[in-house]
Amino acid sequence: MSPTSRPQGESAGPGAASRCPATARPAGTAAGRARHQLALSPGVWPRPLRPHVLQSATPGRARPRGRTLASAATPAVREPKGDNDLDDRILSEPLKHSDFFNVKELFSVRSLFDARVHLGHKAGCRHRFMEPYIFGSRLDQDIIDLEQTAAHLQLALNFTAHVAYRKGIILFVGRNRQFSHLIETTARDCGEYAHTRYFKGGLLTNAPLLLGPKVRLPDLIIFLHTLNNVFEPHVAVRDAAKMHIPTVGIVDTNCNPCLITYPVPGNDDSPPAVHLFCRLFQTTINRAKQKRRQMEALYRLQGQEGPGAHGQGPAALPSLGA
Amino acid sequence: MAAPCVSCGAAVFYRIFLGGRVSLARRQGVWKAAAAELQIGAGSQILRLRHTTGVTTKKNVAALRRETYTVEFIKKQIEEFNIGKRHLANMMGEDPETFTQEDIDRAIAYLFPSGLFEKQARPIMKHPEQIFPKQRAIQWGEDGRPFHFLFYTGKQSYYSLMHEAYGKLLDIEKRQNQLQAKGLFSENTKTKDLIGSRWLIKEELEEMLVEKLSDQDYAQFIRLLERLLTVQCGAEEEFVQQFRRSVTVQSKKQLIEPLQYDEQGMAFSTSEGRRKSAKAEAIVYEHGSGRIKVNGTDYLLYFPVTQDREQLMFPFHFLDRLGKHDVTCTVSGGGRSSQAGAIRLAMAKALCSFVTEEEVEWMRQAGLLTTDPRVKERKKPGQEGARRKFTWKKR
Repeated sequence: MSPTSRPQGESAGPGAASRCPATARPAGTAAGRARHQLALSPGVWPRPLRPHVLQSATPGRARPRGRTLASAATPAVREPKGDNDLDDRILSEPLKHSDFFNVKELFSVRSLFDARVHLGHKAGCRHRFMEPYIFGSRLDQDIIDLEQTAAHLQLALNFTAHVAYRKGIILFVGRNRQFSHLIETTARDCGEYAHTRYFKGGLLTNAPLLLGPKVRLPDLIIFLHTLNNVFEPHVAVRDAAKMHIPTVGIVDTNCNPCLITYPVPGNDDSPPAVHLFCRLFQTTINRAKQKRRQMEALYRLQGQEGPGAHGQGPAALPSLGA
Repeated sequence: MAAPCVSCGAAVFYRIFLGGRVSLARRQGVWKAAAAELQIGAGSQILRLRHTTGVTTKKNVAALRRETYTVEFIKKQIEEFNIGKRHLANMMGEDPETFTQEDIDRAIAYLFPSGLFEKQARPIMKHPEQIFPKQRAIQWGEDGRPFHFLFYTGKQSYYSLMHEAYGKLLDIEKRQNQLQAKGLFSENTKTKDLIGSRWLIKEELEEMLVEKLSDQDYAQFIRLLERLLTVQCGAEEEFVQQFRRSVTVQSKKQLIEPLQYDEQGMAFSTSEGRRKSAKAEAIVYEHGSGRIKVNGTDYLLYFPVTQDREQLMFPFHFLDRLGKHDVTCTVSGGGRSSQAGAIRLAMAKALCSFVTEEEVEWMRQAGLLTTDPRVKERKKPGQEGARRKFTWKKR
């Protein structure tokens, strides 16, 4: 069993610009800790977890940063001043654990295999940058490496859960007509948004004109299909990168994973695979929102117990995986 | 822009009275556009006429965009309308509590009589909801999250409609598959009678959704609904009926004369007909031998030309009742051909009473029951006739 290409170094892989070689980073940084926590195989470098970056910037702010394009101040939630420390704790608590929402249990390599996620396109359709994720090719059909898929999927689901926890706007994008109804139903069922129709040119880049003067842009875009109906990269991939919106995308063997923040190599054409991904995202988002409600209820209760009693509150919770 | 709306009670007359402007114009003379300027310079008084125009040459870009009205503005307009309604009721000496829209219309027509032909140009006083075009309220809540899950598509109502319709289609197909699997599926292809209704037109759909649509969007939507119609088994009829509008069926409008009976008990039917300037009245008897009397004389003698007699024959020939009815008719005005046409129309209308509805519909489609609207076109000045121009001379 000899896989076609499995580069040991990161320099030739896709998204090399956004990755840092292992030797350059000191072990004590957040990224190093993340890598250690996730226990990934040597060939794969995890993307720096966004929440870590966000945490270092401005802790405790529930509002999304810079998503709105309003010239005036963002129309944010006006939180009462007294609950600021409460919000700090609500928001910082998930960031102390590597898998706060336990997304690992939602899937396994076996379930991905059963849903035919490993099936790629023919070798002639292969995109050059997808070669690191391809396990091999059988009878001229590319097979995607499910170990890598599992790792990437875990990162992506974790990130989605964190965004949903922080009440971000999630937009599902897909352009395959076969699954358009399913994606829209998924989005509606988890209380988020979908766009599986013709994508107007300036929707993200010219949003104040197209959608309204003080519109809030999505905080995360999930691509169930990265290509549009003419097998070209979806415009939203590039536009999201322009507007600094993180993206999660299921990249097939003929897709370009470059501009996607959390690519998940997998099959985007078979019904079982797309159904599985939709179910996974829906479960993650619902779980994250439920967790948020639980945390708010918990902290509100503890706040009501009295200011004197909350000294021994959630601050004393042990942080896992130090 | 909105039609002149008289909404405020106290200020009802300020827009109509031009008192102030009129006096100003009179003082400055007829030339409103020109302003005389007194130039005092170096001891002598020089009067200079400077033409000032009220219109600036630059286009007002802001006004070209569709004017959006805020919610507060509309609310204020509604309050003003209600106050104005009460003032109007007091003015007319009626009870303000029971002052309906028809009363308002009558009062305005009485107070501001207008000779304008265009009804929409006359003064109106209606509820602001009917005057200001419907607009979308702000689509998102305080935290910035939009209300509708398809907000980011741009056309949320249209796409949610498509989503709903497609969902219903999938449901129906699933149900049919289940029935087929159980073996209970019955091929009931009952095509609903769709003659009396038509699909919504694009403008009506746009008005319903408060959104701009393209022709392709509309075509796609109609195609989806047609597909729903072909597969549906009666469950989603109300959903599809929402998008159909009834259309007056022409055939039902035909007036059928009631039968009358004379002394011998013979049934007969009377009706009138017109053609150009000829008027005819025909009495058709139920049983007869095909004799036609026109103004007391036989039709063979009254209409020596074959063409006119063929015109008289046509309704009977069409219904295969050539020798079965007797007709007595009177005709006046017009010429030979138009009298024949008038009698033909009168006879056909009278025959409707003796004939089935299907045959009436056939006659209508054959054109026997339609009054010919063609009349002599008037002569125009500068021309010799209605169309004929004077002889063109090169020099």
